Amino acid sequence: MKVKNTRPPQWATRLLAWYCKSELLEDLEGDLFECFHRNLKIKSVWMSKLIYTLDVVKFFRLYTIRKPEFINLLINWIMIGSYIKTSGRSLVRNKLFSVINIAGLSISMAVGLLMIGVLLDTFSYDKFHENHKYIYRVISRYQFLDHKDNDFNATTSLLAAKSIKETFAGINEVAILRRGFEGDAHFGEKTIPLAGLWSNGDFFRVFSFLLLQGNPANALNAPFSVVLTEKSANKLFGNTRALGNVIKLGDRQYTVTGIVKDVPKFSHIQFDMLASLSSREITEKDNNNEMAWDDVWNTYAYVLLPKDAHFKTFQDNLNKLAKREDPKVKNTHIELKLQPMDDIVNGDNLNNQIGPTMGFTLLWIFGGLAIVVLLSACFNYTNLSIARSLRRSREVGIRKVIGANKTHVLEQFLIEAIMLSLVSLVAAFIIFLIFKPYFLSVHPDLQRVLVLDLSPKLIICFILFAVFVGISAGLFPALFFSNINAVHVLKNIASVKLFQKVTLRKVLIVFQYCISLMLITGTLVLFKQYKHFLTFDLGFSTENILNIDLQGVKAELVIKELTELPEVKGISQSALISSVGNYWGVDVKNPNNPEDSAGVYFNRVDENYIPLHGHVLLAGTNFSPRPDSAKESEIIVNQQVLKRFHLAQQDPAKAVGEILKVEGKLLTIIGVMKDFQYGKANNKTSKEVILRYKSHGLNYLNVKILSLDLPATIAKIQAIWKKIDPVHPYQAKFYDDQIEDAFQGLAASIKMAGSLAFLAICISSMGLLGMVVFTTETRLKEISIRKVLGAGEGGLLYLLSRSFVLLLGISILISMPITYIFFDKILLPNIANHAPLSLMEGLAGTLAVMIIAVLMISLQTLKVTRTNPAEILKNE
Amino acid sequence: MKGTNLGEFEELVLLTIAALVSNAYSVGICDELERQSGRAVKLGVVHAVLNRLEEKGLAKSKLGEATQARGGKRKRYYTITSAGKAALLKSKEVRDQLWNMIPELSIKRI
Repeated sequence: MKVKNTRPPQWATRLLAWYCKSELLEDLEGDLFECFHRNLKIKSVWMSKLIYTLDVVKFFRLYTIRKPEFINLLINWIMIGSYIKTSGRSLVRNKLFSVINIAGLSISMAVGLLMIGVLLDTFSYDKFHENHKYIYRVISRYQFLDHKDNDFNATTSLLAAKSIKETFAGINEVAILRRGFEGDAHFGEKTIPLAGLWSNGDFFRVFSFLLLQGNPANALNAPFSVVLTEKSANKLFGNTRALGNVIKLGDRQYTVTGIVKDVPKFSHIQFDMLASLSSREITEKDNNNEMAWDDVWNTYAYVLLPKDAHFKTFQDNLNKLAKREDPKVKNTHIELKLQPMDDIVNGDNLNNQIGPTMGFTLLWIFGGLAIVVLLSACFNYTNLSIARSLRRSREVGIRKVIGANKTHVLEQFLIEAIMLSLVSLVAAFIIFLIFKPYFLSVHPDLQRVLVLDLSPKLIICFILFAVFVGISAGLFPALFFSNINAVHVLKNIASVKLFQKVTLRKVLIVFQYCISLMLITGTLVLFKQYKHFLTFDLGFSTENILNIDLQGVKAELVIKELTELPEVKGISQSALISSVGNYWGVDVKNPNNPEDSAGVYFNRVDENYIPLHGHVLLAGTNFSPRPDSAKESEIIVNQQVLKRFHLAQQDPAKAVGEILKVEGKLLTIIGVMKDFQYGKANNKTSKEVILRYKSHGLNYLNVKILSLDLPATIAKIQAIWKKIDPVHPYQAKFYDDQIEDAFQGLAASIKMAGSLAFLAICISSMGLLGMVVFTTETRLKEISIRKVLGAGEGGLLYLLSRSFVLLLGISILISMPITYIFFDKILLPNIANHAPLSLMEGLAGTLAVMIIAVLMISLQTLKVTRTNPAEILKNE
Repeated sequence: MKGTNLGEFEELVLLTIAALVSNAYSVGICDELERQSGRAVKLGVVHAVLNRLEEKGLAKSKLGEATQARGGKRKRYYTITSAGKAALLKSKEVRDQLWNMIPELSIKRI
């Protein structure tokens, strides 16, 4: 029995019918069928099916292939013209339909265009290197005891980099880059601040940076040689010959040994100059940390793997290297890994990147959201096309009677959709051009990484994208129309189940509204977090404090000038600005347990710092002025330090006078201050902080300003800065602004999510409007009869809007729990000190969306219920 | 001269068509060839050869009745044409002549 019922795979048969000449087809089909049944008797079902399929493929021979007929091609060609014409007419005739679709598609496609631009830009990074496929970066992960960092560092240790170059078999080229080569370059009278990298001689062998002058083989070999970019050379030397000149940087002299072409925009490594790494062997001769195995924070190693090298062998060698070196540093494990150069800009998120990168999480999230918004717009098209099928189905019926087959109808409706999406592309492109600068200014990193310049490649991608959008929007309606039965449509239009796709349409509407609601609620939740962090109680005052970056200028000079301004109420100095994401750590031994030590954050400040920032001293005293030449002997700690090391039963008063061993120095606690937020408010970092005294050579001035005319005061300070340091640009910011800057990433996310939410709401509202218009129009007669029979306006309103309001209710029920779970269980637990979720955000967003939707529904239905039934029924 | 010469496999297929008389259709020919020669014969190859024989005018075909065994598809029956017959006879003649040239003794000794 089973044998009789089994049929050969249908798709294979269809494939045969597609390629085979019609005169040979019947014979071949019969043969294959006979063989298939023979096989069934002796072989398993799936085996027979496989043989059948293989035979179908084997029959694909020159003599069996159908030759394209000229006449068919010609007809197709002529018909495409006709399709374009009729599609154009139908678009013009249904103005509401076209406007809704074009508007929805164009704004969502503009988002898509931005995404394409971003993707193209990030994927064009580093492709100018000839060997970009074979360049790998060695990345490392630091582990102390059981505490493993989450992310890898883009950096590794200098020791590892050198070991790879010297000891790994088959590896000859390792470009070692070390950051921190920056400062003011002096040549003659000129002083130009430049930033760059230290690098070894392999730099030009691994990378394809073009050396315009000098010898790439040895430009970076000798100590104290420097390679300048064309731009910085021009700044320093003007038009005179640069090669061989000696420039002064810090207290060292560097000889210019090469001029490199300016670094292309699409390079993740950016520099003004390069200095030979061998210089450091002289300058850092006494620095034990230079070649430390656990100093994985400063060196980048780029390995050029030979084309036939085994990735796995290299990884094994890296593991062996780690195993050999780990014992040299107690309790520490460094994990090394290779990262392809092509993955740097849009790959995993690493710490310590050499330059700004996108990171693929961000790309995925916004790519995903862009696609969702786009889908929403496509659904509008699908929904509305099917909803108005009543009008088009007669046309399709006539076409089919005249001789169009399924493919022709399918083609016609696809062409219509593609035309619509191409029209939308033009609008989308204009929107893209207008919003490009706004998009780039959302976050400074975007501006640094992306250019979004128009190129032929980009335009081609845009057009392909539009065609793709058209096909995905139009495929479903096209299939629907092509399956219409001509006889049914022409005999009695009512017999066609035009609304058989109602469930699908409802699902699409619910989907659109869920997306809108989730996006708007998510934006509101994020916005609340953002506000919360900006006003977060840090434990000290940041009000009216201007932080001036000294950039190496002597603090005394600036302080002397500033104190003369009446608006300046106080000045302190600090080594770093806390609460904005700067961290300096130091190792502190536990006095109660010699085995135990912990990393503790610290800041170096002068005696004015604590009163100026309003830190609360719980016990003990502030620092007293003291020359820097005196031995460091005092620290001020916060309560967490007492807790961490179990000092004096955590009683601040008793803790004063205790001695802590910091970096090997014995320091007395002279004061205990209340806990405050040292790190960024949303970071999960430890809270133990110590303050150490220093009064000279600190990095920042904290200036308390009380002024009625702030711009004038700032201008005065700027003038003072200019007078003291004409070379470096004035860099100062109010503390509160710096905190805001620290949350720029969050602000950018809110802006992006907010605009996407806005778009999604617009699109779904327009879609809903279209649906309401079309359904009420088709029920116009029904409504008129109901009115004649005595139905009231309120009753009709209820009748017409019930189903839509129900859909909105369902979307709320679906989207709210998902949003809640996403934020409460997934996102917020990862953010320290976050504000609690409240019902407010959910309600506010939902309410706004619902009011728009209900307003639209009721206005439209009201319009219909107010029509005069006599007008509509008299034409019957 | 291409067109009139018979390849080895072509000759076998043509002979099978002649031998099967009224049941010479693709699968039948395939089966018969397998039985006679004892080697696996691929349907695709037989089809290609039948197509070529028809192009050369050595065989002709017509469609038969539809049967259940072929999923309602008709069989294509092949018959040998006079040109086909001539070609077969010619090649048999060539072989016979060559056979006759071999002295009886020499073949026995091998």
